[in-house]
Amino acid sequence: MVEKSTWCSKVGFAEMLRGGVIMDVTNPEQAKIAEDAGAVAVMALERVPADIRAEGGVARMADLHIIEAIMQTVTIPVMAKCRIGHFAEAQVLESLGVDFIDESEVLTPADEEHHVWKHDFKVPFVCGCRDLGEALRRIAEGAAMIRTKGEAGTGNIVEAVRHMRRVQKDLKRLTTLRSDELVAAAKELGAPLELVQGVASTGKLPVPNFAAGGVATPADAALMMQLGAESVFVGSGIFKSEDPATRAHAIVHAVTYYEDPVEVAKACKEVRGAAMVGLDVTSLTDEQRLATRGW
Amino acid sequence: MRRARIGVLALQGDFAEHTAALREVGAQADPVKHPEDVAACDALVIPGGESTTIGRLCERFGVGDAIRDLHRRGAPLWGTCAGLILLAKEIVDSDQWRLGLLDAEVARNAFGRQVDSFEVDLPMQGVDDGPVRAVFIRAPYVTRVWGDTQVLATFEDKIVAVREHNLLGIAFHPELTDDRRVQQYFLSMLE
Repeated sequence: MVEKSTWCSKVGFAEMLRGGVIMDVTNPEQAKIAEDAGAVAVMALERVPADIRAEGGVARMADLHIIEAIMQTVTIPVMAKCRIGHFAEAQVLESLGVDFIDESEVLTPADEEHHVWKHDFKVPFVCGCRDLGEALRRIAEGAAMIRTKGEAGTGNIVEAVRHMRRVQKDLKRLTTLRSDELVAAAKELGAPLELVQGVASTGKLPVPNFAAGGVATPADAALMMQLGAESVFVGSGIFKSEDPATRAHAIVHAVTYYEDPVEVAKACKEVRGAAMVGLDVTSLTDEQRLATRGW
Repeated sequence: MRRARIGVLALQGDFAEHTAALREVGAQADPVKHPEDVAACDALVIPGGESTTIGRLCERFGVGDAIRDLHRRGAPLWGTCAGLILLAKEIVDSDQWRLGLLDAEVARNAFGRQVDSFEVDLPMQGVDDGPVRAVFIRAPYVTRVWGDTQVLATFEDKIVAVREHNLLGIAFHPELTDDRRVQQYFLSMLE
């Protein structure tokens, strides 16, 4: 009997994207540049996070014509973002046939209390997290991939590093606890005991764990991979830089050989223009921080 | 006799699952991504992932030539999903880079997009004791074979597993299930 859209096929698809770079694009031309550079997938958007940050206003699901045009242009998977808790946007994106939905803090949240119940969907979801508890809550809701939130649109890697280190530290800690201590840990993390027990026995998340939010250079990407990310999302970092095509190419190079400094150095030298102008994260007010959206 | 070294191409894709699955059946399996490491293998797995990405990386970093050399030396090569696409000589409507070793034509994403991904039990020639659980993820299938290529499995009349001498091509993902019979089958190609 044929079973469609199983948990195994959703998580399996996330695993196929490992060791790759997923790039934010806002039109078919950018999508083509990303594909030619070796991206494993593109995220179809109306505005990259840096522009969302600069322009303000409510950020919503992208114009469907843009998403469709991108889907028709490239053969690699196409992802799209819905607002946190906006399950109707998610339904629309699923009906369009996008390959992955990012329930993203980069868009303005539609629900401050609830995230989308992702098990109801055929399409897999990725969600952001700042720590292990948040990651496990999203997985409990059906996320087939987790990424750090970082601080999107800043070109500053510091928050992604903070979030990745926190997740890894929490994971390590769980593996050292006794069974009775796991119950208290689950309470503390605000995560289901069953998932906490699973993580304690394997030492890793049950779904792939990617990095996002602030990657601007090949070295940033290599840093996140060495900290335990299995792939890297690059948002504003490519198309807000002076040299999108070579930078995209170079970031792919750095992710492929992330543990080899000679190769990462070659990747850094491929870059020809300035990186996006970064933002000092400490200068952001709480309202300007995207990572605090969602729980 | 020294143990055979099985390489799992680790440029991109689910190489970790393949490596773990091969180790479970006692093979000496390691991820490889530099041409000299590929050259040192006795057999190679090309995993699932994005075929355009893996192809570009193979071309860019000289890994593709190392794989072709392995093939000339008679080393068994096994491609799953993206790996099958890269092994094939022909790809429908695509001029993307490929190894071009297997006498077969493959159609990419032939079962549809991710929302159409599925699992099913399939009998596979050469694998005894019942069907294997086949997980298809944005999967290709084989539209045509010629020469010495044999069909090992089909789903709804579509070819999803083939073998040509030391080349094994499978459209689904045996590394994502707990069943290790397909890994055993591949290892038997070393004998």
